[in-house]
Amino acid sequence: MTEQHHHDPSNVTNPEHAEHHIVTPVTYGIVFATLLVFTGLTVIAAYVDMGIFNPVVALLIATIKAVIVILFFMHVKYQSKLIKMTIGAGFFTFFGLIVMTLSDYISRAWGLW
Amino acid sequence: MILATHPHTHETAQPEEHGHVALPQHRHHFETQEQQREAATFGMWLFLLTEIMFFGGLFFSYLLYRNWYYDAFVVASNQLSVPLGGTNTAVLITSGFFMALAVWASEMKKKGLLVLTLILTMVFGCIFIGIKYDEYHEKWEKHHIPGAHFDIAEFVNPHAYGLHEEPLSPDAAQKTQIFFSLYFAMTGLHALHMLIGLGILVWLTVRAHRGDFTAGYVAPIENFALYWHFVDIVWLFLFPLLYLINRHPV
Repeated sequence: MTEQHHHDPSNVTNPEHAEHHIVTPVTYGIVFATLLVFTGLTVIAAYVDMGIFNPVVALLIATIKAVIVILFFMHVKYQSKLIKMTIGAGFFTFFGLIVMTLSDYISRAWGLW
Repeated sequence: MILATHPHTHETAQPEEHGHVALPQHRHHFETQEQQREAATFGMWLFLLTEIMFFGGLFFSYLLYRNWYYDAFVVASNQLSVPLGGTNTAVLITSGFFMALAVWASEMKKKGLLVLTLILTMVFGCIFIGIKYDEYHEKWEKHHIPGAHFDIAEFVNPHAYGLHEEPLSPDAAQKTQIFFSLYFAMTGLHALHMLIGLGILVWLTVRAHRGDFTAGYVAPIENFALYWHFVDIVWLFLFPLLYLINRHPV
């Protein structure tokens, strides 16, 4: 916020959407290589017997890859707070739905087993 | 007459100068081109969030049924080829990389490079579909497509087929159909998204060749790239869940 507190109700002079970041091919190249390395890692990890941690490790690696794609390939790192908040809220809602459905599922037969 | 007046509307507000020329694609209801661009990105993300909910339902079904029919899911999952799935993951990441480069080419107004990267995006997309076709075809040959012709022989008597899995009772072996139903639903829906994307890519390439996206108007390329990367992300989760996590049953 600037000192003068200028009034801008129609959001015209918002500096956030004036700024437009162009991601360079170097960044894309690094992201590409990282994604391939993680793909190799997840395949190797699948053949190591880690018991119940196999799915955990696989999902962790997939999540890391997805976050890298979202931040760099999809430019979210360089977007305005509005867009970041919206995406965050969307994922939060999605996880909320999963948690609520799962808690219903595990408590249906509560005490019957 | 009463006029609703904001102290700053587009008559009075002075957006900072960026040395931009007004584009013909600039709609009058947006104050600035940047605002228009952000609105488009915002709308695209809202669509993608609904897509996450859409695929999310299938992922959740997979989670529950895998928990329920764990043994059947393990043996059915191990029917899938990790080399093919892994190759397809790399192919899709490569396709996404070229799509990301296409956005850069469009920003830098390099028409030739834009057309080239869009074509490469399509080529790798088609390779993915080709490999997927091969995998589906193998399931067809082995009667592993759920329905009246489904064959449980390999799951009831795995050792006769050279498999190292534990044999399942005929009743439990029938439950592998649930795995394959989800496998075809999830990968099929993903492949459908890719086919729609490939169709849009053809149209974008034609327009890019005409020079539509190398004169400062990047939004269609940028927003299509968001869609394409989203489809990648879905696969990044399908691959471990369907192909990888059942190699070492607990």
